[in-house]
Amino acid sequence: MMTVDSVVSDDRTLIDVDGLEVHFPIKRGIVVDRTVGYVYAVDGVSVRVHRGETYGLVGESGCGKSTLGKALLRLEQPTAGSIVFDGTDLAELKGEPLRRMRRRMQMVFQDSLSSLDPRQSVESLLVEGLRAHGLDHGREATATRLQELLSAVGLPASALRKYPHEFSGGQRQRIGIARALAVDPDLVVADEPVSALDVSVQAQVLNLLTDLQDEFGLTYLVIAHDLAVVRHIADRIGVMYLGGLVEETGADSLYAEPLHPYTRALLSAVPVPEPEVEDRREQILLSGDLPSPAEPPTGCRFHTRCPWRQPQRCDSERPELREVAPGHRVACHYAEDIRDGLIGP
Amino acid sequence: MALLEVRDLSVSFARKGEPTVTAVDGISFDVQPGRTVGLVGESGCGKSVTSLAIMGLLPRRGTEVSGSVLFEGTDLLGLSQRDIEQRRGRDLGMVFQDPLSSLNPVVPIGLQVAEVIERHRGVPRRAAMSQARELLDRVGIPDPDRRLKEYSHQLSGGMRQRALIAMALACRPRLLIADEPTTALDVTIQAQILDLLTTLVADTGTALIMITHDLGVVAGMCDEVNVLYAGRVVERAERHELFAAPRHPYTAGLMASVPRLDSSGEQRLSPISGSVADNIPWEQGCAFCPRCSNALQLCGQATPEVEHTGDGRLLRCHNPVGEATPISVEGP
Repeated sequence: MMTVDSVVSDDRTLIDVDGLEVHFPIKRGIVVDRTVGYVYAVDGVSVRVHRGETYGLVGESGCGKSTLGKALLRLEQPTAGSIVFDGTDLAELKGEPLRRMRRRMQMVFQDSLSSLDPRQSVESLLVEGLRAHGLDHGREATATRLQELLSAVGLPASALRKYPHEFSGGQRQRIGIARALAVDPDLVVADEPVSALDVSVQAQVLNLLTDLQDEFGLTYLVIAHDLAVVRHIADRIGVMYLGGLVEETGADSLYAEPLHPYTRALLSAVPVPEPEVEDRREQILLSGDLPSPAEPPTGCRFHTRCPWRQPQRCDSERPELREVAPGHRVACHYAEDIRDGLIGP
Repeated sequence: MALLEVRDLSVSFARKGEPTVTAVDGISFDVQPGRTVGLVGESGCGKSVTSLAIMGLLPRRGTEVSGSVLFEGTDLLGLSQRDIEQRRGRDLGMVFQDPLSSLNPVVPIGLQVAEVIERHRGVPRRAAMSQARELLDRVGIPDPDRRLKEYSHQLSGGMRQRALIAMALACRPRLLIADEPTTALDVTIQAQILDLLTTLVADTGTALIMITHDLGVVAGMCDEVNVLYAGRVVERAERHELFAAPRHPYTAGLMASVPRLDSSGEQRLSPISGSVADNIPWEQGCAFCPRCSNALQLCGQATPEVEHTGDGRLLRCHNPVGEATPISVEGP
């Protein structure tokens, strides 16, 4: 696993997100829309993703992880903050330069059936991206390229003339991956790439993603709610809660020493397929549900459900994401005290 | 005596102009009172159809159900529509995967829970409502007085599932079937719901059939686990034994393909090759054989029969995993 300093930006950094905010207006009104509030989907996130690594983003539904992923590719317009991709600020970019930049960052979606046009054959799906970015160098070169892509994702050559509905879920996800790879990107954002698949097929796709990374030197941002999947595939993991990053560290370190109370609760809630482990598992059961991102709690966003909540600071002061150990950032006022057992739940 | 005895249950669906599909192909299992039995398998293995058949919820047209489902000696499959309706809700409860579509969107939650009590226990509306309030409180819905009057869209996913559990347990059924009760929920909410199910089942002595694809859930909750593949039980064992030493190559394959939270990502996953589409019909041999890493020539030619091994395990395989010496069988 890579040990990299996550604070200083250097040439290892492929994408550098600083203070990113994506707020969606809530509109009311019959003739004239009035903005009555905002959904704070992403609210002040700073993240660096290094070249060649896999960055995992986990969190429960509604925490803003997908919005963050989309904002990185400028598929969502950020409200504030900067997204520096290989030296260029994407938040400022528009028109043709943005379109050209898009070749370098691609996305793999969760639902492979609805993200592939049902009326396009696989060949046409794959060629579309090549044409759009001027990578279509004649019939023969394209045919070779398509063969390469299909063999890279483990599909037979005969797949080219077929349509998405003729494939199984796992195969469709392979087509989605091939489409993303067609334009030779640097960064691939995979939003829940395996959650719609059966476990046996899920493993095939996870292995494929790992192999492709080794082969093409890709950088991944993998967004998932399944912590086991993320731990398996990611080098570093960021945990999100209600629009903010609450903890970030290496995959093994997150599991070995989770510091944020939310991460602890999340890890303790994941069932492990082994009865012995399950029998002596100590769960930290969180009370209640996720608060609405339209009315986030004051102070620490997690204080309404936190078992370690303290009378001061937690409900008034929003904790900064700060480095408590090399490469380990936590947004909790009392992370050290909780770690050292000075505060009990 | 077992509370529920499922014997040779088969369900097939006739389709116009297309061959009949057999979703469940001769499943037998028992549920003892107060025990939790798991049905595990991937999509299309027949686990949900089995539960619908037990509850008598399959459409009558175009569906052929055979075998027997004995609930305390009465065959549920032979009951009239009226009689099974009497039993459902009173003796048999069910919790579905998607709580939003299983709740009535235009009836307040409280009334939906009270209806069950009214109908099966003949309690008047007012008394039923106060019982409904107690139930909502017991399943951990905060502020039950307010929630009684709310509609399903006003509740969060976890709360909807709690309301559904309250309805299923309203008449203290002796058997509860939970069909993927936490698949639509987040992990922290899943932990709450599973915890709730476990306590309620233990308190009321209800037997539980837990249907899931998540091996982690099974490992934590079920006393006995049935692994289903293509409509048949391929392996059944007590959970500790099953996870310690899976014998069927499919069970072993499933376990090897799940990424685990407590192991680092260095290890490569070993997926099962192919997909369910590669199955061969059970009549020709073992349905799993085209995907099986342990397949022998025999597997594609003869249907493996159910075998009871010494440790109380049930197995349907010609060449199980972990055999000291693989059985060498020459093809005929």
